[in-house]
Parts: sequence; structure tokens; C-alpha cells
Amino acid sequence: MYKILKNEKISPNSYLMEVVAPEAIRNALPGQFVIVMGKEDSERIPLTIYDYDTNKGILSLIYQVIGASTEELSTLTDEIFAVVGPLGKPNEICANPNEFKGKRIIYVAGGVGIAPVYPQVKYLKSKGFDIDIIYGSREKDLLLIRDKAEDVARKVFYTTDDGSFGEQGFVTTVLEREIHNYDICVAIGPVIMMKNVADVTRKYNMKTIVSMNPLMVDGSGMCGACRCEIEGKPKFACIDGPEFDGHQVNYELAMKRMNIYKEEEKEKWEQMKKSLGKH
Amino acid sequence: MGTNEEVPWKALGGVIMNEERVKMKAQDPNVRNKNFEEVELGFTKEEALKEASRCLHCKIPKCVEGCPVNIMIPEFIAALKEDDVKKAYDVISETSSLPAICGRVCPQEKQCESKCVRGLKGEAVAIGSLERYVADEAIKNNFTTIIKVPKNKVTVAIVGSGPAGLTCAGDLAKAGFEVTIFEVLHKAGGVLTYGIPEFRLPKSIVENQVKSLKKLGVRIRTNIPVGNAITLDNLQQEFDAVFVGTGAGLPKFMGIEGEDADGVFSANEILTRINLMGGFREDAKTPIKHAKKAYVIGGGNVAMDAVRCLKRLGVDAHIMYRRGEDELPARQMEVHHAKEEGVQFDLLQNPVRILVDEQNNVTGMEVVNMELTEPGEDGRRSVREVEGSNHVVECDMVVMALGTGPNHEALKGSNIVLTEKNLIQVDENGTKTSLDNVYAGGDAVTGAATVILAMEAGKKAAKEIIERFKTV
Repeated sequence: MYKILKNEKISPNSYLMEVVAPEAIRNALPGQFVIVMGKEDSERIPLTIYDYDTNKGILSLIYQVIGASTEELSTLTDEIFAVVGPLGKPNEICANPNEFKGKRIIYVAGGVGIAPVYPQVKYLKSKGFDIDIIYGSREKDLLLIRDKAEDVARKVFYTTDDGSFGEQGFVTTVLEREIHNYDICVAIGPVIMMKNVADVTRKYNMKTIVSMNPLMVDGSGMCGACRCEIEGKPKFACIDGPEFDGHQVNYELAMKRMNIYKEEEKEKWEQMKKSLGKH
Repeated sequence: MGTNEEVPWKALGGVIMNEERVKMKAQDPNVRNKNFEEVELGFTKEEALKEASRCLHCKIPKCVEGCPVNIMIPEFIAALKEDDVKKAYDVISETSSLPAICGRVCPQEKQCESKCVRGLKGEAVAIGSLERYVADEAIKNNFTTIIKVPKNKVTVAIVGSGPAGLTCAGDLAKAGFEVTIFEVLHKAGGVLTYGIPEFRLPKSIVENQVKSLKKLGVRIRTNIPVGNAITLDNLQQEFDAVFVGTGAGLPKFMGIEGEDADGVFSANEILTRINLMGGFREDAKTPIKHAKKAYVIGGGNVAMDAVRCLKRLGVDAHIMYRRGEDELPARQMEVHHAKEEGVQFDLLQNPVRILVDEQNNVTGMEVVNMELTEPGEDGRRSVREVEGSNHVVECDMVVMALGTGPNHEALKGSNIVLTEKNLIQVDENGTKTSLDNVYAGGDAVTGAATVILAMEAGKKAAKEIIERFKTV
């Protein structure tokens, strides 16, 4: 059991959770993720690390309620059954900042993708990088932790599909316009956004890193549920990733594989709503 | 359902002996293929005593040689004959930490029972079934074997809580060592927990065996990914010795077209969802993909476990194996049980391509027939494709049970030496790695093998560690 310090709604569909999990973050670097289980019989849910305070042993997570398991997570108040981490490989730039000295880096975040982008930018700032972020979502209310992002970035370009905040349009609109100012792009968000970003940067032959978020069970290389096609070969996002060369990912396949349990998950959610209604 | 018929008894050399081996009762195949309860029901006291009476108590017991952990088989059976189950349990406990598990999943027919003298003319004594009886009675009656060894203050870290790690931990704790096990999953047991299904090894049994290790003072720390949260180097510095028993958990795929379809899974994924996450239960929170007809590709024990799980979930479940019946690597018993339960065996066939619709769902497989060649110089028959035999079979799920490779995530950042086959290199005694005071054993050293061989390796490493830290 791990103590929950905070579990609060920060947007119409997202929550911020703070847990005491010193071991999961002691050796963590940005880009890595954790797996959490709400209760003993819960599903294992992979979540990217949003923030962490190694001295206090506090891990912060931002998650979106998208099904029965994340719904259950949002109801927890005191304790969470399991927090496993850090898992996966750290972001390549954060792991070797010296190799990237002098490079101009643009981060592109979509929706809840700002959560894993934030610790990377924060970390790289501490290593002397000046980093800009392009952050987009459907509408203003779905833009998260704006103040935090502005704290660590040199500049944040906002876009919304409906124009309710920042520029109206997509992150790729801003990226196309600003791309000549940068050498490297890191994109984290919905698969379709990462695909569109990679399509833009490919034209300019710009190094691009994306973070995949496929289905997972154990998160330690055992089940192969998270396999992605990278350069035509299967790779496990949990141990070979989650970050990959954005120009080598088969995004169409990744999108299809997100739907493997769509029907079953819907049933589980119905089942859960019913049982909640009973009590 | 086969009941035990009246067994003929006769006097032989002053000992009353029945000739026929007592068969363990099992759930009816047509009932059990719809539930996840244990297939074999275990011996009753009468059955156990009757079977125990068949042991000849050989002066030089070959069965003991056949046991990887050298359980003193005639001694425990003798105690059983005297109806002293507690003593029988104490005898087994001297060499084995996990008898309730061994009694169920060891391939006894290839080990102790294959050496039994009674087997020369008739049937071997059912040693495995007797071991299980003793262990189950011990659990039922809460037997504990009292260990009087004082703590020696030597600390040992064990990476992985599978059969190798648990056995090593048990032996070290019994010798007074302070043992801490690190496990990445949320439950201890490794393959015993995530891999072997409930109907073959109830999880309550594994939990019980883990609990008895805790009673010996073993600490188990779950949710810790060694290699990330803490490195092997850290462990080497913080503990006097380290044992690495990380197993062979990395699933293999065939590399054929269509393998990334939504209905293609590794056997590990299916088994983990079902066993570790309890996915077979109606109210489970972890889903299992619905399927009408599934092919499990492979012929080993893992393939049998996966196919029998799917059968129980109401799937038309098939094994597809590229060799023939005689070449199936699974335990005979598992094949027999699978057939009884209605699993179909499509032998001498191999998929060459998985057929997929526009939504990436599996619709079938293109399959080629195989034939066995004449035995080569090594006496082994290989297989080749039958030209022009390609045909299509329909299905909506394909499960790859092609064996597993070592998963060295836990070794990240260390300089430990690996072999050409990507396994952990050990010395001629088979346990010491290239790093000081770091030992290894089980599938991570040998490649995928059996539970009992992993236990043997854990035992051997414990012995070396005890030897190494013996105070003079």
C-alpha cells in the first residue's frame, strides 16, 4: 500500500494524484513511467511520471479517466495498492544532456501529453537548456498545468481546435511555421498527433522523438502486449521504449492496437457502473 | 469418472503389498473444462496409506538420485506408512522448501518415479502424489518445522521470486541468513503465480508456501524493478551476497506476416491476464479478449496451459504444432488432460501467415503441412514443409507459445558476463557469476526449463553461499 496525498480533478476529465513512493522515483529520470494498481484486484495501469520530489519521496501523476480502471483510480482517497517504477528507458536527451549541448529543442505536447513533457523540460532547464513548448488540445478547459509549463519553458505556444485559447488550429500549424528555429523535436500526445508531427519534421529531416503509450500488462518485458513496429521490427514499449525515433514508428498499427480490448473494456465499464449503482 | 476399483492385495516377503498404483481422482473432464478449479483432487488418507505401502524401501534408493533436490523419499514414505504425516513433512522439509508445489508440477515420471524399482515390472510408486498429500496435510494442519539455527547476520539479496529464488531463500533462511527477495510484480511466485494456471497449481498453495518462507524470516519486497529502481551493483554493495533468479520471461514471436494483429498474443500475456490478474473471474477488472476459435502455436507445457485456459473460457481451442505427437515437449500428463478436456491437436502443421481484416482482427491463418525426416546421425528427426500443402484455417485468435528467452532487465548497468546464448555465465559449479559474491541460477542461466530444475539451481546456489560465509 502506498499513501495518497492528493487525488483531485484538474480538468473535466483529468486528475492529479500525489503518492508517497520513494522507491519508484529514487532513480527515475524523465521519460520513464510507472505502473499503478488502484486496489488488489485492479488492472495494472501504465502512467507516465509527471513530477517527482526525490527528497520527499513524492511522485505526481496526471491521468485521464477513459475507462473503468481510471474511473476507479479517481475514487481513491487514502491508499493505492501498487506503484511500480521506474519502468522503461529515460528520455535520450535527459539521459545524456551533454551530448545535446547547444541543440535547439522544441517539445510538442497534446492534451494530457503535457504531463510527461513537463518533467523533461524542467530537467533540461536545470541542465542549462532553453526550451520552447507547443501545447495543443481541443479546447481551453482541456489545457492542463499551464502555469507549471510556463515556469519551466522559455516560451509556450498554445493551440486549440476551437480557438478558445491560443491560436486556433493544430500543433502542427505552429510547428510548420517555427520549425526553422529548432534542431530536435520531442512529441508526446495522442498517436495521431505524434504521427502528424513526425510527418512535418520528416520533410525537414529533423530528429524526432515520440513516446508510445500502448496497452501493457506487466510492464517488465514479459507479456509482449505493448509491442510496436519500429523500423519494421517488433519492439516492446515497456523495455525498449517508451520513446522511439518518431520517423520509424508504424503509427497506423499502433492506433489499431489501442483497440484490442475496446469491446471487453466497454463491458467492464458497464459492469462497474452497474455495481456502483447497486451500493 | 473413474473410481478406484478393488485392488488385489497379496503378501510378498512378509510385506502386504498391492500391485497396482493408486490413481489420483480427478474432476470429470467435461465438468473441469468449464471451471478453473484444480484438476486432480489429491489422495485421501486411505489412498495415501495404500500407495505408501507399495514402497519397497530399497537399500540404495534410486528414486532419491532421480530427485533434483534429493528428497529422502523412502524415509518420508516410511513415516507416512506409520501414519505420521508430521514426520513425513519434516523429512521432506529438510531438503525441499516448496513440497506442495513440487508434488503438483514436477515431471516425476522423468525423475524420481522413473528410477523406482517397482517401475521395472509394473508401475512406479506415485511419489509425486504422496508428496502432494503430505504437503497438503501440512497446510491443512498448519504444521511448521521448527528451525533452531541462530541468525548469522549475513545478508543476501535475491532478485526474482520464482522457484529458483524462493528455494534459495528458503535454504538460506533455514541456515540463519537474512534474506530479502526483490520482485517486480505485485505478487511473489514468478512463473508459479503468473504462468501456471489455477487448475494445475492453485494460487492459494503458492501463497501458502510464500507465507511459510516469511515465517522463516524472509523479507519479500514486491513492486521493485531491479535494474531501474535499484541496480545489481547497488545490491552487491548493500548485501553480502546476491542471487539472481530472474528466469526466462521474454516471449518469442515467429516473425510472420500478420503477427501484430489485434487477436495475436503471447502465451505469457494470456496466462498473465488469467492467472496473475484473475481474468477468468466474472468480476475481474482485467479483460481477456473474447474469441470463438483459437490456435495456440507450440507443443510445450506453456502451450498446454494456455490452450486449457482458453478451453475453460468457452473457446474452441486448438494446439498447432509443427512436429508429431511423439515429439510434443509437454508432459504426457498435460497432453492427456488437454485431450480429455476437448482440446484439438492439429499436429505436423505450421502457420506461415496470419490473415487479418481491415480492422486488424484475425480472420484465419495460412498453414503449411509438415513432415518428419528420417533420423539424422544424432538420431533426431527434423521437420520440413510439404511443398504445395498450403491451406487456410479460420480462427479469431492466435497465441504464440514458442518458448521464452532470458529477460535481463534486472542486469541493466552491470558488467555481469553473459554467454554467447545471452544467458548469465556461471563457473564450473554452475552458480557463481563473473561478479564478486553474485550467484545465479534457473532459467536465466540454463534457458527455459522446468520449475524443479530452477529449484535445484536455487538450492545449489544456497549451498555455495552457505559454504562461502561459513564462520570458521
